[in-house]
Amino acid sequence: MKDNFSLFGYEIAEKIKTAEVTKSEVFSWFKQRVEKLDKPLNSFVSLFDSADISEQKSLFSGLPIAIKDNICIKGKKITCASKILSNHIAAYDATVISRLKTAGLAIIGTTNMDEFAFGSSTENSCYGLTKNPWNINCVAGGSSGGSTAAVAARLVPFALGSDTGGSIRQPASFCGVVGFKPTYGRVSRFGLVAFGSSLDQIGPITTNFIDSANLLNIICGFDPFDSTSVKTIDEDFTDSLIEDCKNIKIGVPKEYFQEGLSPVCREAISAVIETFKAKGAIIVDISLPYTSYAVATYYIVASSEASSNLQRFDGVKYGARCEASTVEDMYSLTRGNNFGSEAKRRIFLGTYSLSSGYYDAYYVRALKVRRLIKNDFDKAFREVDVILTPTAPSTAFRVGEKISDPLSMYLSDVYTISANLAGLPAVSFPCGFDKDNLPIGAQLIGKEFDEKSLIRLGYSYQQNTDFHKKIPKLFGAKV
Amino acid sequence: MDRENIVDYISKLARINVSNEEKKPLESQLSRILEYVNKLKEADVTSVEPLRNLHTNNNVYRQDTVIYPFQQENILNNAPLKEDGYFKTPKVI
Repeated sequence: MKDNFSLFGYEIAEKIKTAEVTKSEVFSWFKQRVEKLDKPLNSFVSLFDSADISEQKSLFSGLPIAIKDNICIKGKKITCASKILSNHIAAYDATVISRLKTAGLAIIGTTNMDEFAFGSSTENSCYGLTKNPWNINCVAGGSSGGSTAAVAARLVPFALGSDTGGSIRQPASFCGVVGFKPTYGRVSRFGLVAFGSSLDQIGPITTNFIDSANLLNIICGFDPFDSTSVKTIDEDFTDSLIEDCKNIKIGVPKEYFQEGLSPVCREAISAVIETFKAKGAIIVDISLPYTSYAVATYYIVASSEASSNLQRFDGVKYGARCEASTVEDMYSLTRGNNFGSEAKRRIFLGTYSLSSGYYDAYYVRALKVRRLIKNDFDKAFREVDVILTPTAPSTAFRVGEKISDPLSMYLSDVYTISANLAGLPAVSFPCGFDKDNLPIGAQLIGKEFDEKSLIRLGYSYQQNTDFHKKIPKLFGAKV
Repeated sequence: MDRENIVDYISKLARINVSNEEKKPLESQLSRILEYVNKLKEADVTSVEPLRNLHTNNNVYRQDTVIYPFQQENILNNAPLKEDGYFKTPKVI
């Protein structure tokens, strides 16, 4: 393989197919890269010695993939970067993992994240923070920051993340990679440690849309083990790898370009609009009037669901336990001593919103506003095929900059949250760099189950630009 | 309910012990967040139905048979304390 780390996943697959390299050579080559280069990043939580590389002849057979530390891989440690789950061994494979294994992918390790996916910077991890490969004084974004940093540094061709309010797309934007959140119900959540069950989706993190389409083909599909999984016709997402945007109507919502958006991100999105126009797309100005309520709605809904989901970590069934003479004290000490501060804040906020006397004023009201936000999209999609926005208000911020101010951290998800609230597919892709050479991300949001339009536009964009080919300097040399 | 009481009350409801050092910052952070989410009160939600399910409001049924073979041993191995195939807790009654 020598210095072939800059190859895309599908190009490595081609080399395997033509027997230029073997699957085990590819695996040990990437493993070596992680061993030698991950230290300054801290993107991996665990690195596996070997993988069961099946004889499967699928297109991506033998390609290494990294998995966020909140997805169960049978027999491997899964901790959600939390002290409360330290030493927990997964008793089964998540459905996405079974599907990857069936397709012959080589699971190479697990990646760092904000504890239980609570965060936008991967600073809330019991393993320490993950840094941004483009500038190690900056955060990788979060909560799937380990996965996006690893892919950006080409330590692995691609990874899986999970996205509850932007946790795939915002770090993808900060690290300059493609982060795809499918429609709610597309990908089974069985084996994903639950955060906000009505919002969570697993998705692929890649460098390019050809790899995204191929991975979506593998991980999407109905699963009886997830009661919110939707029965859809099996689609081949690679059918949409077409370089043509003719007559596709792209809506640009004015609410995403107001106060708070940095000028450099605004300019980059304007350039994306020009690229799409040049390929035949029609740009339409639209309005999503309830956008300003999205962050408040999200933090009530997601925290309420999280407070309920995290009740199971009580010192009885999993990992950590603080002994006490009564069962109540045992619960309370175990949870108090082992949840990190952001996890506690979310559980407190959620418990408060669901508590007697506040339930209607907070939780139910948030569900009503959630419907208004979804109605905005339903209305917009009667006029346009997809919606284009910035992924984040800025490029990656400095380590420590927002960690002591939770509210300003929450606001960094302002553009990604609505797609989760409405259950829509959305993707972030790299579209430029700021003056400090930090990547900028653009986001496309699609109609329910219309991942294909996002792939078509994203692919067309990458055929005409080369931002996705750039590699951070620190990681551009051969090992 | 004042701020200090909220933290004590929620700490009890959520079964999360909060140390004295944690209390003050948690109080002020929560009150800032609550102040922010109070903007939801500005939205007119008259006759709006809460959105509880994205795709369906129907329950999903299945046959009452075991279809996923979890191995009891693998599950119990993660427990801090176990005895004779059971999880073990401090005395409840």
